[in-house]
Order: sequence, then structure tokens, then C-alpha cells
Amino acid sequence: MPYVSHADIGGRSGFGAVVPEPEGAVFHATWEARVLALTIALGATGRWNLDMSRSARETLPDYLNLTYYEIWLYGLEKLLIDKGLVTSDELSAGCARLAPVPVRVLKADQVAAFLARGAPTERASLTPARFKLGQRVRTRRTPAEHHTRLPGYVRGKRGVVERVLGAHVFADSHAQGAGEDPHWLYTVVFDAAELWGSEAKPGHSVSFDAWEPYLEAA
Amino acid sequence: MEEEHSELSNVERRVRALETVMTQKGYIDPAALDVLIDTYQTKVGPRNGARVVARAWVDPVFRERLLRDATAAIAELGYSGRQGEHMIAVANAPGRHNVVVCTLCSCYPWPVLGLPPIWYKSAPYRSRVVRDPRGVLAEFGVTLPASTEIRVWDSTAEVRYLVIPERPTGTEGLSEEALAALVTRDSMIGTGLARAVGET
Repeated sequence: MPYVSHADIGGRSGFGAVVPEPEGAVFHATWEARVLALTIALGATGRWNLDMSRSARETLPDYLNLTYYEIWLYGLEKLLIDKGLVTSDELSAGCARLAPVPVRVLKADQVAAFLARGAPTERASLTPARFKLGQRVRTRRTPAEHHTRLPGYVRGKRGVVERVLGAHVFADSHAQGAGEDPHWLYTVVFDAAELWGSEAKPGHSVSFDAWEPYLEAA
Repeated sequence: MEEEHSELSNVERRVRALETVMTQKGYIDPAALDVLIDTYQTKVGPRNGARVVARAWVDPVFRERLLRDATAAIAELGYSGRQGEHMIAVANAPGRHNVVVCTLCSCYPWPVLGLPPIWYKSAPYRSRVVRDPRGVLAEFGVTLPASTEIRVWDSTAEVRYLVIPERPTGTEGLSEEALAALVTRDSMIGTGLARAVGET
């Protein structure tokens, strides 16, 4: 089955107006807070990584019809089932039936240190960066058959390297369970006309953070 | 309404079932969930980022450190960790405005801004701000001079962006704390400007 991300919506139209929201309300229902906490706590088991989470969420077929915490909930259920921590029968019954698998459990007194540690993705690089500041590059044209962080709207476009951000865990490999596979990461900036053609207004540019395999010299 | 209500209940039931099974399996410490929720409800939020911005407004040396190595400079104020491991600060200036988005999901600098608002995670903002930033800013009530250059930062990797809004005029005598009160969440995403003195 071809890989389809329903989350890659940059540049698409038809989603309506933005609805601003006052600062203050963090959660809009109690269950949203539980989903956030469950997602972080179960992520701490180490049975999957952040890129696998993103992949689980963006491939939900009804992604665009769900609220964000629904996406997190269903993505989390999918991961738990895929990684063998629970069965879908157990989740529908709301009752554990099989013995648990051994996992690392995040305890209340470990939360602060766990959040403070985070998950830095910068790694030592074994190879020199291929591209330099100011260099003209072109993004890969072909869509990926797996999770990727190269948005569709910047595929096959010419831009300029604006920052070299170090070598980072490569999301595409990491999401597929192929290890960290660190690659150089760059901020690449595009003139809006390169992305949107004649509708682009002057003085508008867009940048994204691109791993080296997304780029070729232009 | 009826349908909406039962749909919500369905999600609530599903969350409850998940939490029950996870507890029975011993995969979670329920007390840890409460600590996590309390952290993002009461401790980590946009007031953190506002303190960073106010410091940058009053202390040019800090501002320079912030622009050079935001992760380290922000950590000086005690903010670091999950979803802020690799920070970059981008400064607005006359003629230059920055806006941050994550078109692919909802990447957001948690240690300084907390959890993202709904619109930041939703399709209208994610799809349009890269293509028509002025149109989106107008929906936030922000109109920039036609000559102002706009840069949209799509945070596609693990680098997180914080916008340093321009310091409002007439704030020379204000304390750092009073300045921080002028810094809104949206001004640090780039969909707003810092408040003027006396503006609520």
C-alpha cells in the first residue's frame, strides 16, 4: 500500500479562515489533558520515537476531520497495538486481558527531569557538510514512500542555504525504525515566487529545515 | 448538538478505556499523568517566552546571545527541555516581520510558549500562512506596511523558533516585568504584535 500522509497541507486551499483564540485556555476538555499526558508518559516507555508518532498520526485516514487531540489519541492507540503493548480487543473492552510486556515506566517524581532532558537530536557528524551558506540548492522532486519532513509545497524548488544547523537524527530513517542515521540539516529559504508563481507578493519568503538527502546542488 | 454531545462522550469513553488498560498493565503511573498536566497547565506557558523577550529588549548583550545561541540564552532564564532542545530566535525589525508555522504537524517551542493554541495546529493556518501570510495576519487583526518583508519559518525538523517582536514605542521607562506583560503569545509566533502601553 502506498504511504499517504494526510498532514502535508502547506499551500493547499479550501480549509477556511483561521479562528484566533485568546491566550489562556490550554485544554478545552478534560480528556484532552489526559491524552497529552498519556502520549508523553507512554512515549517514555521508549517503545517508539517521536518520528514514529508523527507517522502514526499523519497516516490516520480521517486525519483532516479529527481534532488535534483526537489525532493524538488514535495515533497513540495505533502505536500501542503495532508495538504489541496492547490488543485492540483490550482497548475496546477497557480491560487488560494479556500479561503486560516489560517497559520503562515514567514515575511521577521523574517527570520534571524527563521533560528537562527532552530529546536533543543533534549528533556528531562523520562527514563534512555538503552545502555551504549562501549556496543555491534544489529540493528533491520525487515524493517519499514513507514518513518524511519534506513538505510537498517545497518539492523540486530552488532555494538558498541560509543556516547550517548541524547534523541531526534523520526523521525519514528514524520513523521507519532504521536508526538515527544523522544527516546535516540546513535552513533553506525560497522566494515566494518560486513556490507560488505569479500570485506571490514581493517581499515574501518561506524557509524550512531540510536534511541533506532532501537537497541537491542547483 | 445531540450528535456532537454523543461524539464527545465516545472520545471520553475511549480515553478512559485507554487509561484504565494502561494502568492495569502497569505501563503508566497515574500520578505522573497528573504532574504532566499540571506542568503544562500552570508552569510552562507563554509568560516564559515573554520574560525572554523582555530581557532581550532591556539587555542588548543578552539579545545578542539570544540571536547567536537561543538554546543557551533561554536556558539562562531557566527554560529548556522537551520541544525546545534546539532553539532559534528571530527578531522583527522595521521592515522585517517573522511568522512561524509547522505545516506538517504542530511543532512549537513548548518551554517558552507552552502548548500550541488550536488554530496553530489546524488546517486553515498551516495550509495558508506559507502562501498568503498577509491574508492570515489580517484575520488576526494585523496589517503590516506593504514594504515590510515577511519571512515564514516552517519548522519541519527539531529546531523550534521564537519570534522577538519589536519593542513598542514609549516604553523606555518600563520595568522588565511591565514590558513582559506587553508580550503576547501571538507576538512570539508572529501572528501578532506586542501590545502598546495601555492596550489590553
